[in-house]
Amino acid sequence: MPQHSLTPRQYLILGLVAVSAPLGDSCLSRGMAAMPAITLAHPASLVAAVFTPWIALGIALLIGFFASYLTALSWADLTFVLPATAFGYVIIALLARFWLNESISIERWAGILLITLGVGFVAHGPSLTQHPAVETEEAREQEVGTE
Amino acid sequence: MINSLPTVPLPPVINPWIAAAMIAMIVLTSTTGEVLTAAAMKSIGDLDVIRAHSGLKGAIRAVLTSPLFFAGVFFLALAFFSLLFALNHLNLSLVGPASASLTLVTNAVAGKIFLKENVDRRRWTAAVLVCVGVYLLAH
Repeated sequence: MPQHSLTPRQYLILGLVAVSAPLGDSCLSRGMAAMPAITLAHPASLVAAVFTPWIALGIALLIGFFASYLTALSWADLTFVLPATAFGYVIIALLARFWLNESISIERWAGILLITLGVGFVAHGPSLTQHPAVETEEAREQEVGTE
Repeated sequence: MINSLPTVPLPPVINPWIAAAMIAMIVLTSTTGEVLTAAAMKSIGDLDVIRAHSGLKGAIRAVLTSPLFFAGVFFLALAFFSLLFALNHLNLSLVGPASASLTLVTNAVAGKIFLKENVDRRRWTAAVLVCVGVYLLAH
C-alpha cells in the first residue's frame, strides 16, 4: 500500500531540510568569498576556514540540516526527499523578495514556478517504495505502535 | 616563437574545463554519499519509531553503529570540501545551481539503479522540473 499521508511532524522535518540547507550554503559562500584564494598546494588553509564565523554558522545550520535529512531518509525515499530540499531555494527567494525587498526577475519567477510544480508532483505520490523486504520493519513498526 | 609568448601571469579566469571538473567532483561525491546514506537509513529503519522505542540515545546509537552510514558521511565530507574549494574559485551563482540541479538528476538515476526506488514518471518529471527550476532561480 503506498504511503500518501505524512504526519505534521514529518512535514515539519521536511521543512527544516528545505530551509536549513540553502541558508547554510549562503553562509558558507559568504565566508569562503571573503577568504584569500586557496590552492591545492595549501590544503590546510581549508581546515582553518572552518573556524571563521560565517563558515562556522554555515556548518551549524548544515548539521541541523543533516539531522533532519537523515530522519527524513529513514521514512521516505531519496527521490522523494531531494525535491523537498530544492523547495528551500523557493523559500529563500520569496524571503528575499518580500522581506529584503530584492527584485526577482521573470526567469527567477519561472524557476520558482517550475520547482513548486515539481515538488507538487512528488508530494502527491507515495513517499516510500514498498519492497517485500521491508515487511520486517513494518512488523516492528506495528509492534511499537500497539505498545 | 617561445620568446614571443607573454610572460605576464594569466588573469584569474578559470578554464571552463577546470570549472566543469570542480562541479563534476561535487556531483559525483555527493551522489555517492547520498545514495550510501539513504541506503544506511533504510537499513536502520524509521528513526521516529526507534526514538519512540529506545529514546534519542537509541536513535543516535542506531545511526552511529551503521558502517554504511560512515561510508556515506565520508563521501559527503568529500563533497563538502569539494564545494568549499569550488566556492573559493567560482561564484555561488554558478556552483550552487549547477551542482544542485545536476545532483537531482544523478540521484534519480542512482536511486533507481542502486536503491531500487520506484522512480516513476511522476518522479522523473519532478526531477527535471526542479532541475530546470533550480537553474533558472539561482543562475
